[in-house]
Amino acid sequence: MAGVIALLVATPILALGWEALHGSGDLWPHLLAFVLPTALAQTLTLLFGVGILVIFIGTGAAWLVTAYDFPGRGMLEWALLLPLAVPTYIIAYAYLDILHPIGAFQGVIRAVLGYSSPREFRLPDIRSMTGCIILLGFVLYPYVYITTRAMFLTQAANLVEAARTLGTRRSGIFWRVALPLARPAIAVGVSLALMEALNDIGASEFLGVKTLTVSVYTTWITRSDLPGAAQIALAMLFLVIALIVIERRARRRQRYSLTVQRSRSFAPRKLGRFMGSSALFFGLIPVLIGFVAPASYLAIEAWKRFHVAGLSGQLVSEARNTIIMSAIATAVVLAFGVTVAYAARLRPGWFSAVCYRLSAIGYAAPGTVIAIGILIPVAALDRFIDRSVIEWFGFSTGLLLIGSGAALIYAYTVRFLAISAGGAETGFSRIPISFDQAARSLGRNATGTFRNVHLPLSKTALAAAGLLVFVDCMKELPATLLLRPLNFETLATHLYGEAARGSYEEASIAALAIVLIGTLPVIILARVGRQKS
Amino acid sequence: MHGFAETAAGALTLEHISRRFGETLALDDVSFSIVPGEIICLVGQSGCGKSSLLRIIAGVDTADSGRILLGGIEIAGNGRFVEPEDRNIGFVFQDYALFPHLTVEENVEFGLKKLPRHQARERAAMVIARIGIEALAKRYPHTLSGGEQQRVALARALAPKPRILLMDEPFSNLDRGLRERVREETVTTLRALGTTVIMVTHDPEEALSVGDKVVLMQKGRVVQISTGYDIYDHPNSLYAAEFFCPFNKIPGICRNGVIETALGAFPAALDLPEGSPALACIRPQAFRLASPGEGLPARVVRCSFLGEIEQLAIEMEGVTEPLQMRTTDRIETRPGDHLHLTIDPGGVLVFPQG
Repeated sequence: MAGVIALLVATPILALGWEALHGSGDLWPHLLAFVLPTALAQTLTLLFGVGILVIFIGTGAAWLVTAYDFPGRGMLEWALLLPLAVPTYIIAYAYLDILHPIGAFQGVIRAVLGYSSPREFRLPDIRSMTGCIILLGFVLYPYVYITTRAMFLTQAANLVEAARTLGTRRSGIFWRVALPLARPAIAVGVSLALMEALNDIGASEFLGVKTLTVSVYTTWITRSDLPGAAQIALAMLFLVIALIVIERRARRRQRYSLTVQRSRSFAPRKLGRFMGSSALFFGLIPVLIGFVAPASYLAIEAWKRFHVAGLSGQLVSEARNTIIMSAIATAVVLAFGVTVAYAARLRPGWFSAVCYRLSAIGYAAPGTVIAIGILIPVAALDRFIDRSVIEWFGFSTGLLLIGSGAALIYAYTVRFLAISAGGAETGFSRIPISFDQAARSLGRNATGTFRNVHLPLSKTALAAAGLLVFVDCMKELPATLLLRPLNFETLATHLYGEAARGSYEEASIAALAIVLIGTLPVIILARVGRQKS
Repeated sequence: MHGFAETAAGALTLEHISRRFGETLALDDVSFSIVPGEIICLVGQSGCGKSSLLRIIAGVDTADSGRILLGGIEIAGNGRFVEPEDRNIGFVFQDYALFPHLTVEENVEFGLKKLPRHQARERAAMVIARIGIEALAKRYPHTLSGGEQQRVALARALAPKPRILLMDEPFSNLDRGLRERVREETVTTLRALGTTVIMVTHDPEEALSVGDKVVLMQKGRVVQISTGYDIYDHPNSLYAAEFFCPFNKIPGICRNGVIETALGAFPAALDLPEGSPALACIRPQAFRLASPGEGLPARVVRCSFLGEIEQLAIEMEGVTEPLQMRTTDRIETRPGDHLHLTIDPGGVLVFPQG
């Protein structure tokens, strides 16, 4: 069973390689000459810029709330997580309007500086590589913040004291101890953030940055060129693999340092009134830019729209679509994840380990890559079904798998299976193996043991994983855009459509809904962090 | 070992140190001092404040009140506070706190930043050689065993020639067999270097065997400060007595400088009021086998052979609880056997009851 799931997950990747290799020979030179170099350069620039920015913000914020104590620190600790709730395409959508030359923000600046029209004074256009880097950096830094802060909390306290008895000044602690110590944690955080950046389609598209993801999308949607899209997707896959390698290596190094025991938690240094308020001020900047500004903008716009037009039937049906799709996907993903994790526990060995690894492959792969990988076999299968049914029964099924949304559920499963498998694995790992042995010796079979022992003991972990998957499905954009049935809209695709058209109508309501639901896992994350500290 | 042997001479004096964590008084008016070259063991049950005291001496925590003098110079108290990095006090942490991102060599060099590069190298190499860990120099901490990590931590703390070395349960993370060996090696090294040491432990045997002086603490207070022999032979309280030896406590009444109990009269060293209730505390090894007809009759309840000694639980007339007896005499009894015993008055201590 676990083998079947692993195969299912690996299929899109394999199909991608197959299609790319068998693609028409005359397309490749064209791609190589005109599309790939610019897209690759743009993508690398974006990743580099975002990487630098998330390291700077994430590590700085983590050290600020760990090493210093000031009024508002407790609030800041979890507030710094909030930008996680804002998907990249929504922050871009919001700031396009906030920072528009004739928008509110620039208007205020002009008023303050005494200019009367945008022709006299305007800020640099947000629609640029720099704009894209900044916006992505301010919503993706929490990945670095979370990993680095956990490292500081669990590791730093004793080592900082040791360093001080060995003559290191307070001011030197960060550079001599904390930063080198946190390097693996930073690397893990950055690689996760960059996977997200690579996955992004909305922000780069709205801001006019032609990344690989955007190229895959346009190659398929506007040119209907599947082999071409597969080839670009394959190129992205190499970037993804590089990121995975970085992450894996960093995690391994992190494990080493975790063998050091912790005997006390970090004692932060109390700051005076002035230093304390400046610490709070600087700490709040990422929260303001990454969450408060876009969220309040959306809230205001949504309220205005709601006031004028109410909720359209279209938006309600889109919300229903989103919830139904996400719920089905969550159920499938949870069932699969639990199966894979339980198989790995039941029969430890290379086979189940390989299955577990394979099933987690999708977490790093961008939605577009997965979608193209799925399109290849699924489209072929759809054509085959259609032909067979016409032949035998005389009517056409159309594109059954894509049309029914099954392909989209499949994509969600591949992309998010790692979350549920990982969650289940974590939940199970807290149950000693002797519990299994006790239950079995008391007459339960493997399934019974799972139902009566593992499920009740890991239900919190599974529920948390389920919530994460659900929210991620709701936010998912790139794969949804490519694999949704004809004329089928979710909240995310609606927003994309409006933003791509440049119209600002109901998208603010859809965006607000997504952000609000996105804060749920952030709240849970904040509570978990609190229990730890 | 020229140029290495000296821990810069400097006695440490603690005066009225108190520290409160929320509701609990972790340290309550602690005062004592240490002579250069001396090894002091702070001993007590977990939570008695011994580790807190060590952290306050190192300067990684601050006392609420009291004064600390290092070599006659005030380093804490009266609003003055010398930062830990300026105290030059070495610290070996319980979990060693080795920097995971640095090699053994780099860990040892960490505290030598003030020296020029080549001197720091030399110094680190010298300490590494002295502790005997040359083979580990290029390795990372996570590849080392517990005993190896302990020695690296010691080398790192000694490298900057600390005025005084603090060790927090330095051997508690080691296996039993290894612990004794590493402890002996460490103490030999420290004695050879003439290092002034304050070591925290919860193990009574460790405290007695290592310390020139033993400081026994209970609930944040110092109970007794003395040499190992003195604190074992002449504990100043029932708590101190029981901390180092499991006693049999027999109630009795004081009369004419002796305590009268169901097991006979024993001289009481303490001057207790006539007729007051007191406890006669009998060491398990104070029981001696007597020839039949002499001594007191006793019946064996349980016996276990521990190799070097035999441990018995015995019932004696007039005492409700079974008594613990330890002997090296090889009596080879079985439960139910009858014995005749005398009690060595040298193994009996008397304390007021209640």
